[in-house]
Amino acid sequence: MSEHTHQPDSGRSRDLPMARSMCWHCQSEMTGEYFCGRCVKVQPLSKELDYFTCLNLPRKLNLDEQALEETFYALSRSFHPDYYATKDEGEKAISLGNTALLNTAYRTLKDPVQRAEYLIRLEAGSAKDIRTSPPADLFDEILELQEDLEEFRSLSAGESDARRQELLEKLQAERQALEARKAQMESRLREQFGRWDALPADGDVTVQAQKDAVLTGMQEILSNRTYVKNIVNDLVAATSPTGDDGRNIWH
Amino acid sequence: MALIVGIDLGTTNSLVAHMASDGPRVIPGARGQTKVPSIVGLTDNGLLVGDPAKEYLVRDPSRTIYSVKRFMGKAVADVADELKYFPYTLQEKGGVIRIQVGEKTYSPPQVSAMILKELKLRAEAHLGEEITKAVITVPAYFNDSQRQATKDAGLIAGLEVLRIINEPTAASLAYGLQQNTQGNIAVYDLGGGTFDISILKLKDGIFEVLATNGNTHLGGDDFDRRLVDVVIRDIDARHGVKVEDSPELMQAVRLEAEKTKIRLSDEPQAHMAVTLPDGKGTYERTWSRDEFEALVLDLVEQTMTPCRRALSDAALETGQIDEVVLVGGSTRMPLIRSRVQKLFGQTPHCDLNPDEVVALGAAVQAGILAGENKDMLLLDVTPLSLGIETMGNVMSPLIRRNTTIPTSAKEMFTTYVDGQTGVDIHVLQGERELVKDNRSLARFQLKVPPLPAAVPRIEVTFLIDANGILNVTASDIRTGESQSVQVKPSHGLTDEEVETMIRESFQFAAADIQARQVIEARTEADAIIMATEKALQRGTDLIPAEEIESIHHAIEALRVAKAQEDHRQIRAGIADMEKVTHHLAEVLMDATLKEALESKKLSEVTD
Repeated sequence: MSEHTHQPDSGRSRDLPMARSMCWHCQSEMTGEYFCGRCVKVQPLSKELDYFTCLNLPRKLNLDEQALEETFYALSRSFHPDYYATKDEGEKAISLGNTALLNTAYRTLKDPVQRAEYLIRLEAGSAKDIRTSPPADLFDEILELQEDLEEFRSLSAGESDARRQELLEKLQAERQALEARKAQMESRLREQFGRWDALPADGDVTVQAQKDAVLTGMQEILSNRTYVKNIVNDLVAATSPTGDDGRNIWH
Repeated sequence: MALIVGIDLGTTNSLVAHMASDGPRVIPGARGQTKVPSIVGLTDNGLLVGDPAKEYLVRDPSRTIYSVKRFMGKAVADVADELKYFPYTLQEKGGVIRIQVGEKTYSPPQVSAMILKELKLRAEAHLGEEITKAVITVPAYFNDSQRQATKDAGLIAGLEVLRIINEPTAASLAYGLQQNTQGNIAVYDLGGGTFDISILKLKDGIFEVLATNGNTHLGGDDFDRRLVDVVIRDIDARHGVKVEDSPELMQAVRLEAEKTKIRLSDEPQAHMAVTLPDGKGTYERTWSRDEFEALVLDLVEQTMTPCRRALSDAALETGQIDEVVLVGGSTRMPLIRSRVQKLFGQTPHCDLNPDEVVALGAAVQAGILAGENKDMLLLDVTPLSLGIETMGNVMSPLIRRNTTIPTSAKEMFTTYVDGQTGVDIHVLQGERELVKDNRSLARFQLKVPPLPAAVPRIEVTFLIDANGILNVTASDIRTGESQSVQVKPSHGLTDEEVETMIRESFQFAAADIQARQVIEARTEADAIIMATEKALQRGTDLIPAEEIESIHHAIEALRVAKAQEDHRQIRAGIADMEKVTHHLAEVLMDATLKEALESKKLSEVTD
């Protein structure tokens, strides 16, 4: 956060990091929250702003969903372009940029999986991108499943119907098993959420090591979960009678 | 603050509304009618819009354009399967449909602009001030090209489009204002040409759209066509007349089918009659509601899949929907009401006029934009995923469907070859893996300084604004310089084309009320002269020679009046014509009745 230098704030309980310490419009020193104290123009949010700070939440994984929604609605009322339609171009552009950032922040934190992925990136840096990998103990099972799926896809309706039916039943059973497995992973992820939240925000080397362990643990669960989810999606697409929703881009 | 109007630019009908002191009001025309048929007649006398154009449709279909909304943001290939229902020839230039009328061609935004201008005039006449700003509604499932085309139409009509808003969302604003509803609501919107389903969460004045889905090619027009197809076969079998060969007859059949469909919403049976050309008699048939419903059942079923998808995207079960609202003229069909009721397990609301509710909502949004309403705020979503083409003809997604707008996504680009100076980017919209299965939105080329491969770093920001329209910006990360991006739309008009069309639109400036009245009167005069000449042929032997003489005189007089610029003189001529032909009309009517009775007797004998 190079550009952002907070003004010590007297009355307010919080203020968001703004892109500049001076009002973009009247150049007076920023003292207000999102609006210049002097000319009342809206101020751009800092590009470096993290989503938790943006939505006034501690960096925890079990969060107060109602508080999240309330803050999102309140900030939408501050920034939304619909309330800037009659303002000048500068304010319009800031309103647009701030709202786009706010919407992304809200969407990311609202969803537990995206929230965890975001926290890992935030804490561990962007270098540690989450890759998808198969759970080690499912490796052989998945290999066989992929072969069955391949064979099922190659058989068109009308030919070798008996074999097709056999494969279909097998794949449907596999799908159920994998969905159960995915649910299991999600509850393990929730356990990690509790562990993370119990750790202090700042701490010595020991705390940092504990934090790293939780992050690594979550990362593994997430990458396995994404892998399983992709296979389940493939199975749904291949075995659904209507072909409805097909192979979707959003695995 | 200049007044902002709300406009519902529909497939079949369009309306304009404004925020009055006591709430949103639809602005009526001179004769009190609120709907303007979305029909444009490019006659030899000049431009006709709305009701007069609808009358003109049966007489000169090749110069009358209707349902132009189905062509917005489309290429000819996109509408190939429905061309047989349209009386005009389509061409394509720059990925955009051009409708050929006589020697000239018109893009769909130009035709829509003619309708918008009519609404603008209507609002100006009613409110007594110039209108330059508007909120225009579009189907929620409209893609970027279709939204941009709508915005272009506004520009061509001389309107600054402050916001494009989604029709079901607009409807929810009108309902929300009236009833102060809270909770989850589903808006089922089936109009003349499009279907939308939107799921919203209403809380303390915030209207948050959770998910939207739909079909931009499914509506009342398609229901009419099912009837039309049966009638065409019937007429051929019974009378040996090929309807497809006569555009006039085709339009007569289409309009009669529409009327029959509408009557069947209120009555269990409806009678249909179409006069065939060249004295081939009259085609008649009585339809029962059951027969009609059997014809269109699958179309109604087609609306169910989007409903389920929207619910699934909103992560809600039908039981969690607190209210269901019906919007659009087609939801008057009992079959649709019962099907929606069955899906959601509750009686849908239709307290507000389904034809007017979208325009009313657009006026509410206009009030919000004007700063008059700080209680309500709409948080809408983008209906389709946005992505770019990557290696192997695959779409790589950037922004997911049902993401709250405005929203942005950033993507870093570099080069593969030393000294490469450009990177081509192809932007897509849709939900499928392969490029060819998605909608191509635009292409552009990033400018890159000549450097070794993989050294340049250009960051591109794809921003979807509050209108659901894409904006692209790029900046060089190494130098921090931003570069302008010239986006070439795949199915849209270029800025230059829009400018030319704005200039051309003044040629068709029917702005002068006087001129409009003359055009309408002339068109009516043409119609009555044509009808009278036809009647004279049939009735020569039935009335005295002096009477024929005086009718010929009246026709001549009307022709003379028509050539003048005074619409009152033309109207007077029309009135005279009606007077002198009164007797002839009576005589012909009697003759027709007699014929009908005789043929009936004949059929009784032969049966």
